[in-house]
Amino acid sequence: MKPTRLSECGNWVLERFPITKFWNDHMAHYYAPKNFNIWYFFGSLALLVLVNQIITGILLTMNYKPDAKLAFDSVEYIMRDVPWGWLVRYMHSTGASAFFIVIYLHMFRALIYGSFKHPRELIWIFGMLLFVALMAEAFMGYLLPWGQMSFWGAQVIISLFSAIPVIGDDLSLWIRGDYVIADATLNRFFAFHVIAVPLVLVMLVFMHLVALHEVGSNNPDGIEIKASKDPWGHPVDGIPFHPYYTVKDLVGVGVFLVFFATVIFYMPEVGGYFLEHANFIPADPMKTPEHIAPVWYFTPFYSILRAIPDKFAGVIGMGGSIVVLFLMPWLDRCKVKSIRYRGGIFKKALFLFVVSFLALGYLGTQPVTPIATTMARLFTAIYFGFFLLMPIYTRWEKTKPVPRRLTKLQTLEEQLHAIEEQLPAFIEEITEIKPTTAEIGDAAFRATFFNRRPNPKGIAHVLSRLAVKLKGSLD
Amino acid sequence: MKNLITLLLLLTLSFGVVASESVELQEADIDLSDNASLQRGAQHFVTYCLGCHSAKYMRYLRFALDVGVDQQKVLKEIAPEGASIYDQIHSAMNKHDAEKWFGVQPPDLSLIARSRGADWLYSYLKSYYVDPSRPFGVNNLVFEDTAMPNPLWQLQGEQHAEARKTIYGEYTKLVLDHPGALSEREFDLFVNDLVNFLVYVGEPVQLERERIGKYVLLFLIIFSVIAYLLKKEYWKDVD
Amino acid sequence: MNNKGVDKSKRQFLTSALTVVGAVGSGYLAVPFLAQMQPSVKAMAAGAPVEVDISKMETGQLIRVAWRGKPVWVLNRTPEVLETLKTLDAELRDPLSNDSEQPGSSKNQVRSQKPDIFVAVGLCTHLGCSPTFRPEVAPVDLGEKWKGGFFCPCHGSWFDLAGRVYRGVPAPTNLEIPPYRYASETRIIIGEAAEEKNA
Repeated sequence: MKPTRLSECGNWVLERFPITKFWNDHMAHYYAPKNFNIWYFFGSLALLVLVNQIITGILLTMNYKPDAKLAFDSVEYIMRDVPWGWLVRYMHSTGASAFFIVIYLHMFRALIYGSFKHPRELIWIFGMLLFVALMAEAFMGYLLPWGQMSFWGAQVIISLFSAIPVIGDDLSLWIRGDYVIADATLNRFFAFHVIAVPLVLVMLVFMHLVALHEVGSNNPDGIEIKASKDPWGHPVDGIPFHPYYTVKDLVGVGVFLVFFATVIFYMPEVGGYFLEHANFIPADPMKTPEHIAPVWYFTPFYSILRAIPDKFAGVIGMGGSIVVLFLMPWLDRCKVKSIRYRGGIFKKALFLFVVSFLALGYLGTQPVTPIATTMARLFTAIYFGFFLLMPIYTRWEKTKPVPRRLTKLQTLEEQLHAIEEQLPAFIEEITEIKPTTAEIGDAAFRATFFNRRPNPKGIAHVLSRLAVKLKGSLD
Repeated sequence: MKNLITLLLLLTLSFGVVASESVELQEADIDLSDNASLQRGAQHFVTYCLGCHSAKYMRYLRFALDVGVDQQKVLKEIAPEGASIYDQIHSAMNKHDAEKWFGVQPPDLSLIARSRGADWLYSYLKSYYVDPSRPFGVNNLVFEDTAMPNPLWQLQGEQHAEARKTIYGEYTKLVLDHPGALSEREFDLFVNDLVNFLVYVGEPVQLERERIGKYVLLFLIIFSVIAYLLKKEYWKDVD
Repeated sequence: MNNKGVDKSKRQFLTSALTVVGAVGSGYLAVPFLAQMQPSVKAMAAGAPVEVDISKMETGQLIRVAWRGKPVWVLNRTPEVLETLKTLDAELRDPLSNDSEQPGSSKNQVRSQKPDIFVAVGLCTHLGCSPTFRPEVAPVDLGEKWKGGFFCPCHGSWFDLAGRVYRGVPAPTNLEIPPYRYASETRIIIGEAAEEKNA
């Protein structure tokens, strides 16, 4: 076939710039384990949210004014006077919370399937650095609307630095660039938020992915798929990322966007969790709101800070709660990666950790009371216990035999199908036919759902079976 | 072990109940599609609030377009003399005077419904009672020692607070002594219209975004379904 | 992997369908993103019509007002200027304003609703500098041929006192005339169109 102009032109580029090679190395010939489950959507979703934040962020900077006198007004200007400004702003504010939801789930996936373990320690370290950078990004972004929460939240968090002995006071003064949070602080936070930290984030994402593609993805079985290869050198349990995972991730994107759009269009404040009520009052350095709470994604760490009755120790505790996460690859001594084959002690410890993380998060949104402080201390102890005792309890873990090849689990469709089949029996069990005095309708009608009432005995039975199953899954 | 966890969870959840508000708020009936109510609310706002409070992020033009009122009519009936349709709703009061009279500057009300909530505003405006110990002779059940005198007393009349005891504990009830120009029901409607307007002013785009949201969600569901079918088709290859 | 029995056409159809749906979605998303760079309501408020009181203007006087952030000139022309304007057609690129921007009510030789009062946007149609007002005849720097007009210092374009561009200068068309109307004998509203009389 005679080369056309177009293909000649294409070749000219390809000889100089390896687009095809790049595409093949990272998409079309990048082999990923074929048993990814729902937990594996959150990596690509995090990337999607990052892109959303960058695009909407750029658009917001076009109308936002990083000036203590103008900032609050300019946000309302965006919300009211700029065409579609409200949409861009809500996409950005909802995106911030969505970012943390997605990242927390992504991190939890790594915990349950041991994705942080050998040989993926660096992926985990880069990921944790990303998490820290993301927290810095979110914290500095939160100051920009210049509402009461922005102001007092920043005031509290920057004051943390003053707890550091000797240099603390000078350090927090230097960070603020003024004696209180002021115009200077707003300006520098703006600079960090819109350019410095995003650059770091993008670079870290690149490193995270380079490291991932070097060693290959982990999977829910925690088996190295590269250990068994076919005659052509491809992992037998692997499939090319493109098209299989690109089309699968698109489904994830679609479903995620449905939730995302629901929040944006119907509940942008999410009851004061995504956009706090007090932040609709302009910053007032003379008056602290009655109850200040950070945005929900910081509350677990904030709870730890409040739980410790000493300023410096509190700061160390809060910092430590993030530092221990970095150490995960070395704290966990168990050779088995996936929770599917790990011992009961780890499952129980992880369960306690999740409970304490959620409880700390909830407590962080609530005002301080003596009982809340006691609870926060208890959960802080559990939080740290999970990590610091890990080298001990994982050593004695009774693991299950790990298969050599990936196992096949029920897909979602199969599970739904199974549920559908069991449903009539299930309804039969938890309900009973209403004893009616007058015979209404025919026998067929009496047998329908509408003519039944809940059966306490049956429900108790189902619940106890569920509890037994739950206990079994924790061994 | 398991009992302990259950106990912890229950304890954690119980705080929400313990730390709840002391005064129970009354529910405002918010309907942003009720243009007549919004127009009445705007009139009330201009008559009773604008003397001291502004709504400086709201433009007359936006109100005219959203609520479907003729621009000339808005200028004539709602906006002060000489205002342009593009103007924001500014108060005529001088800031320094305000501080002298009330000790604080009356806050801008553009976002009050978003920071306080509709129910709070509704309850607040209805909860003034006579209290001679206060500078203006009134206090408020919802907002203790509020700096604002009751702007609506001529309409509502005068209430006094009475402590009541029940088996559930003590609570305060407001009793109407001298009826005002409006009956109780009329006054409730009056306050409700005003709060409805303030909720609208807090976020004028609310109705619009909910309208657009339907199409966005419909689109995204179609997208997801096609993506799912495509995924299913491709994944036939995978054993 | 098992590639047997693949329904290629179904795959192709679904891929195309998803691409089309995705493209439509991206298109709809692009609309608000691009539209948010349009002038905001604040800019529109600043672009609201401006009222000019001309009762105190002397003949020969030029006043400048801002409309949509642009300089708008209001010039009270002397009878001599109006006489001169009639003699210039040969030197002008578009003497009858056929290729220039103005409301119909100002599309005439003197480019105004009332001959003496001239209203124009004071921005050169070349690259947007604001020309200087030079009513004097034959000054030293502009030479013998200058009959009074507007001179753009940026790139040397010449306009007469009806805002008509001369031949042989960079500016392509006559100065833009904004929509305006007389609210009364002495008040002009710039930004609101005059009612067309020939309708």
